[in-house]
Formats: sequence, structure tokens, C-alpha cells
Amino acid sequence: MSTQVATVGTIEKQISLPLTEAIKIAFRSLKIRFWRSLITIGGIFFGIAFLMSILTSTAINGALLEGGSAQVRALLEQKGTDAEAGVQQIWLVTLSLLVCAVGITNAMLMSVTERYREIGTMKCLGALDKFIVELFLLESAFQGLVGSLGGVILGCLFMLLSSMSSYGTEPISVFPLYSVLEYGAYSLGAGLFLSVIGAMYPAYRAAKMPPADAMRTEV
Amino acid sequence: MSEEQTVTAPEPKAPDQPNIVRTRGVKKIYRMGTFDLEALKGVDMEIKRGEYISIMGPSGSGKSTLFNMIGALDKPSEGKVYIDEVDVAQLDAYELAWLRCRKIGYIFQTFNLIPVMTALENVTLPMIFAGIPTDESIDKGVGLLERVGLGGRVQHKPLELSGGQQQRVAVARALANDPAIVLADEPTGNLDRKTGREIIELLRELNEENEVTIISATHDLKMLDVSDRILWVQDGKIERDQKREELDLDVGQLEHDEENTIE
Repeated sequence: MSTQVATVGTIEKQISLPLTEAIKIAFRSLKIRFWRSLITIGGIFFGIAFLMSILTSTAINGALLEGGSAQVRALLEQKGTDAEAGVQQIWLVTLSLLVCAVGITNAMLMSVTERYREIGTMKCLGALDKFIVELFLLESAFQGLVGSLGGVILGCLFMLLSSMSSYGTEPISVFPLYSVLEYGAYSLGAGLFLSVIGAMYPAYRAAKMPPADAMRTEV
Repeated sequence: MSEEQTVTAPEPKAPDQPNIVRTRGVKKIYRMGTFDLEALKGVDMEIKRGEYISIMGPSGSGKSTLFNMIGALDKPSEGKVYIDEVDVAQLDAYELAWLRCRKIGYIFQTFNLIPVMTALENVTLPMIFAGIPTDESIDKGVGLLERVGLGGRVQHKPLELSGGQQQRVAVARALANDPAIVLADEPTGNLDRKTGREIIELLRELNEENEVTIISATHDLKMLDVSDRILWVQDGKIERDQKREELDLDVGQLEHDEENTIE
């Protein structure tokens, strides 16, 4: 009847989990907390939108100064606009991105606290610390990716429209596609980087949680 | 009353089985600010493969601490815990995870299913951790859910299941990787009497079918008459180690008392 043989003293090492499984689980955890992850995504969305709008407006102004009509160039020079982002703007963008990262850390810490028992249970079932870290970083990276992508598109469109309201169709005819795409990639990277950095401490805390906490009934 | 008698007292287990759990002088000291709290004061015990053990004791007796030691969830301050004759203190993180995944199945008072996963996904999760291919783990998961009587609810989420059904999923999950030990912490604590009895019967059946060792911390007196042995924990020590046959008379009385107080 029994399929078990007395195998005294055979302990092997636990294997790591395939990434696809981690992605599946992380994605589902986000789906079930859809509205809250949307708020976190919102934070990174606006931060990156701000960064992208500054970068886009710099690129468009640069292109107009170079290839625009004399009239537009005169207008730009009259306003004192140049092709470089000002110190104040850089300072503002940096600050907004920092706020963004802190927001992500906060949201992920909340997510960890809320899932204390779930994490402990997973560890009882044989999850390695590494897997728990992977799970939280993936969740955050996914939020970061969606938020940044939206932010890049919004920031770019907004600045193009605002420039068009001042200079007519000229911003489109000189539109610096390559540098805008390049800035977009940078912004996307920045958003992704910030979400992973912001989630690091929460993920570490989740992974270090002793599995015995899952056994406790009063949480 | 007749329904209450359905749990039949099992035959005593052969005493020549190897030890699956053995502790030697296990102490656990918690540092509480300026003073030390000795939760366990030197516990020596053996549990044989295939036994059904109940650990009884009031809260604060050290029962949970002892339980965590047996489950490799916590390390003793002094003394040794051997699971399958392997000293748990010598294991690294990877080996501990392997042990928890393959050798021990856990059942919790609060079920602890992963809410975002279906019943089947909850059961297959430990198999995924063990690296078992998806097809195989799904087949086995469905089989286990059928075994615990949930064949028709494979795709339900935990919130769509009753407490008893959730605990059945948890039992199936605990058995996913054919563990040698199933550790149950107050498995009937959040269930009504009838459902609790069903879970106890299920555990007893699985104990007999698979020869899996069941170790259960409990307050539930219904658990006593299916147990092979009862360890009474009091004040950080094992106060009494009773075989079921030594206990039959008391339990009838206790059951009777319990019914009178509840109904």
C-alpha cells in the first residue's frame, strides 16, 4: 500500500523556479489588486510624463531653432527659450522622480504587509527567498513599465500640442523624431529603474520573513 | 449521537517503524527586553513514521513553539531536532526549502490558501516549487482534489468555497509532494463541529492509506480518539505522553462534557 520507502537522511537542495511561473503569479497578484496597482502606476505615470514633457519640449525647441522659419525663431529668441533644459527644470524633474520612487516603496511595503501570511505560506510550501524577491520586483517592474509607457506617450503628445498652439504646424514639420524616441527610451528606462529600486527594500523584507509567521493565527 | 461514533478507533501502529521526528533537549529562549522567556525547557521525544500524534496544551504552554521546531520553521536555542534523522540545524536555506517542500506538508488553522489562485493552482503550487512538469502536476492536483472530495470544484477560488472546502484544498495541497509528515496547526479551529469531524476523518484516512505521519496541535477533543498518541505540553515541557488505549475512557467522558456544554 505504501509508496514510501524509508529514505533516511536524503535532503536535496531546492531548485529555483522558472521565470515564467514567477511572471504568472506576479501578474495575477496585480490583477486582483487592480485599482491599487493603478494608483501606483498613476504615480510613476505622472512622474515620467513630467520628465518626458521637459525632454520633448527641449528637443522640439532645439529643432525649431535649427530648422524653423525666421518668424518662429524670432518668437523663440524673444521668449529666451534655448535648446537646453534649465537647472530649475532639472531640479524639478529630479524631485518629482524621487517622490515617485518613495511612492513606489510605500505601495510595495503596504503590499508586503498585506500579504504577510501569503508569503509565509509560500515559504512553508518550499519557496526560496530568491523567489519571493523575484515576485515583488517583477510586480513593481511591470507597474513601472506600464506607467512609464503611458507617461512617455502623454508627455510627448502634450508638449507637441502645446508647442503647436504657439507655433502652428511647424513643430510637426521639424519634429525631431529620433531624439524624441531616444528620450522616450531614456524615460522608460528611468521609470523601470525607479520602480525596481523602490521595490528592493520591500522585497527584501518580504523574503526575510520567517515562515513561522504563516502559522500564527493572529496577524 | 450515532453519527458521532463514525470515527473508528484504529489498530495500534507497529512500534518498529523508524523515527521520523526526534528531539533531544530542545530549549527555546525568547529575549523579551530585559528578561529571557524560556518557552521550551528541554523537550525529548520521538515520533515514529506513520503515527498520528496530537500535541495538546493550553495557549502559552510552548505548544506552538514546539510545533514550529518540528516543522523546521524555527531553530532551537539549545538541543537538536532531527527530521528523518537529519539534524535540521545543519541545513542551509536551499535544503530547508527542499525539506519544507518535499518532506513536510502544512495545514493551518486559517487555511492559508493563496486567494488569487484557484483550488487546483493552490494544490499545484508546491509541485511547481518542486520542479514537477505542469501536465504531471495538474493531473496529480486533480487526483488529490478528487480524493478530498472536491472533484467538482477544481476551478473555484478560495473565496467561492466554504471553510470546510477550503480546508480540504489545504489538505490536498499538504499532500502534493507526498510528504512523510503532515503538520496541522489547529486544523479544525475555524470549522464547525461537523465539518471539523469530517476533516479529522479525512486526515485519519490519509494517515492509513499513505502511511503519512500526522502531527497535529489541537484543542479539539474529537482529535483525541483518532490519535495514536497524545503529547500533553505544559509549561515548556512534555508533561504526559499517552497512548490512545490508555485514554479511551477519559475521552468518552470529555466528549460527553463537550456536547453538554455546546448543545
